[in-house]
Amino acid sequence: MELLSNLALGFSVASSLANLLFCLIGVLLGTLIGVLPGIGATATIAMLLPITFQLEPVSSLIMLAGIYYGAQYGGSTTAILINMPGESSSAVTAIDGYQMARKGRAGTALATAALGSFFAGTVATFLVAIFAPPLTAVALKFGAAEYFSLMVMGLVMSVALAHGSVLKALAMVVLGLLLGIVGTDIYTGAPRFTLGITQYADGLNFVAVAVGVFGIAEILRNLEDEHDREVMTKNISRLFPNREEFRQMIGPVLRGTGVGSVLGILPGGGAILASFASYTIEKKVSARPQDFGKGALAGVAGPESANNAGAQTSFIPLLTLGIPANPVMALMIGAMIIQGIVPGPNVVSEQPALFWGIIASMWIGNLMLVILNLPLIGLWVRLLTVPYYVLFPIIMAMCSIGVYSVASNTYDLYAVAFFGLLGYVMSKLRCEPAPLLLGFVLGPLLEENLRRAMILSRGDPMTFLTRPISATLLLMSLAVLVLVFLPQIRKRRDEVFTESDA
Amino acid sequence: MAYPKLLGALCATTLLVAPAFAQDWPQRQITMVVPFAAGGPTDTVARMVAERMSADLGHQIIVENIGGAGGTLGAGNVAKADPDGYTVLLHHIGMATSATLYRNLAYDTLNAFDYVGLVTEVPMVVVARKDFEPNDFTAFISYVKDNADNLTLANAGIGSASHLCGMMLMSALEAPLVTVPYKGTGPAMTDLLGGQTDIMCDQTTNTTQQIKGGTIKAYAVTTPERLELFPDLPTAMESGLDGFDVSIWHGIYTPKGTPAEVNERLSKSLQSALADEGVVKAMADLGTAPSPAEDATPAALQAKLEAEIARWQPVIEAAGVYAD
Repeated sequence: MELLSNLALGFSVASSLANLLFCLIGVLLGTLIGVLPGIGATATIAMLLPITFQLEPVSSLIMLAGIYYGAQYGGSTTAILINMPGESSSAVTAIDGYQMARKGRAGTALATAALGSFFAGTVATFLVAIFAPPLTAVALKFGAAEYFSLMVMGLVMSVALAHGSVLKALAMVVLGLLLGIVGTDIYTGAPRFTLGITQYADGLNFVAVAVGVFGIAEILRNLEDEHDREVMTKNISRLFPNREEFRQMIGPVLRGTGVGSVLGILPGGGAILASFASYTIEKKVSARPQDFGKGALAGVAGPESANNAGAQTSFIPLLTLGIPANPVMALMIGAMIIQGIVPGPNVVSEQPALFWGIIASMWIGNLMLVILNLPLIGLWVRLLTVPYYVLFPIIMAMCSIGVYSVASNTYDLYAVAFFGLLGYVMSKLRCEPAPLLLGFVLGPLLEENLRRAMILSRGDPMTFLTRPISATLLLMSLAVLVLVFLPQIRKRRDEVFTESDA
Repeated sequence: MAYPKLLGALCATTLLVAPAFAQDWPQRQITMVVPFAAGGPTDTVARMVAERMSADLGHQIIVENIGGAGGTLGAGNVAKADPDGYTVLLHHIGMATSATLYRNLAYDTLNAFDYVGLVTEVPMVVVARKDFEPNDFTAFISYVKDNADNLTLANAGIGSASHLCGMMLMSALEAPLVTVPYKGTGPAMTDLLGGQTDIMCDQTTNTTQQIKGGTIKAYAVTTPERLELFPDLPTAMESGLDGFDVSIWHGIYTPKGTPAEVNERLSKSLQSALADEGVVKAMADLGTAPSPAEDATPAALQAKLEAEIARWQPVIEAAGVYAD
């Protein structure tokens, strides 16, 4: 019953008028910046930090957390409407969400994303409340070897992201891996593929690459042929999912929530995999895998639930260990320190009102988001009817501002331009951007953990097989690989050339 | 931007204009460049003092994070900025070590900046995983010397505080441990908590709460005096490691050619911020203290930078690790 009294304490803190207001401000801002392409939660929170000094610690953290998960909601909106993902998680949503929008089902896709996120957010919030301490113990069992095996599994899964040629998907993954190498090698300090440009010493900026290969490439493609966009706006039938679509949603949402919750707990970048993993699972269990990449509802419902669940559970390492899982969490720690609360393993016992208040506010914030977003769907969809010659310069300007705001680095803008062109060429060659992004994100983690595991084991590669969690993950990767390639091989015997026009 | 630049140049050369300029300064908001990501320990220090200095100067100080390449990108930006007092840099010990770690810096560390003053010198603590065998620092020293080949030393990447302190520790103990670099303190600390690595040496800002929570074991303080927070924790020096004095000192700089009056005014403002109760308390929570007023001066910072460059150069060169 301790849990109930803790939750009661949390809700009494979070439902005070002031805190409700800050929660609302947070989720509103989060939605807004999520919708504006390129501007991410990290930049926004960094800009807002000075304002939070004047607030109560719990209020400021409630607001900052609201911005974080609000941005997760808003981010899917641009991914669906204009194929412009601002974060790795929404890159997956863009695959099928944008195709749904092109078929006039933008409203359904947005509603699915919002409802799936809400359900996942609710479940994950309770997971945080009930299991935070024991889950932390599990997360700490993940060393370099385990992370390496997890990333291997992620890369294997990435092949399933492709709805066309597997060979091209692999080529894109490898290109992504190579792009991920750009920057300073953390083990030797040697700069790699930076072309002597110091501004690339810390690698290419993810937002710049994502905005380029997805968004700018899409704009170029649209400018080439305006006809497609007319189809997109004229066919809008209804905004909300019908009963049949709700039924289709249930499975993906449940599975996505499970996958996202588990991966979100890992502080070393597990949450990145959540939406990719969920997409793979949905495609595998679906009765009609051929629909994926052409506007499958499950391809939106699963990954959206997974990324929101992961966003919530990634608070676990922050709140129980005082260790940030991503740059946004690092900012929250900065905010706490300035408020005089130094995050660490004792926050739960020393500041129960703060800890449980934030957890309760997460649920309230998710509720606000769903209430806020459902009526807004009509408005967002109507944005599509804005003439393209008005819309695309605005998108370009917003992207540039957003990308620049991440690190005040003009070279990130050059990267956007370059990757926009690359994305356009790729689309001409029918190569897909999602596997490239996954390779780009996972590559550095894969390499870093491989080399660290080898250092820790003094050069013995058996470490990956003798550590049980790592061995299990590798076996699972092998199983996925077999599952992916068996039907491919069988299909190839029957119909050799059909997939080339996918 | 030509106008303030011209004015700045005039101020630097003619005595007649300079006092008038300094009296008028500041006229608008000031940008404080932090060459690291928002939310990190250096950023936290910067925001603490920037807020109080803003109140004193009557104009807002905006913290701008220009991270990358071990702080050298942000420092490089400030080196090129107009020396009009509206761009300042808050950097830590990396200002001195990057002069050796980076062999092709875009600026000349000793000649590209003017000085405002020291902000704080954050002590470091030698820590280990919570089930590490030795029970005090003396036992730690002999245990590490005997088992050097089998122990791992984590750090947060080349040029980081933990990397510098780790190098100093290995050279003091003459024990070449297996170094395990991470991308930042967060993941390095996670693996130490999980027992994946054995030893680390990091700023109190990162270690205090974990030590209090009993999730890691503390062995020694790297500065000459014991910490108020942990009075029982010995210093490395009193345990026999002569000259083992490492702190992550932070200083505020301006571009070379900034009027001396402006630097003095900034220094006064810094001193008042460092005397502020809120700042003292917030720093105490992190296990550090503001620099005394006599150190928050241009002369003290210049002396510190020169001494530290000279001190770290042989250590880094002996380790043979460079960041470029």
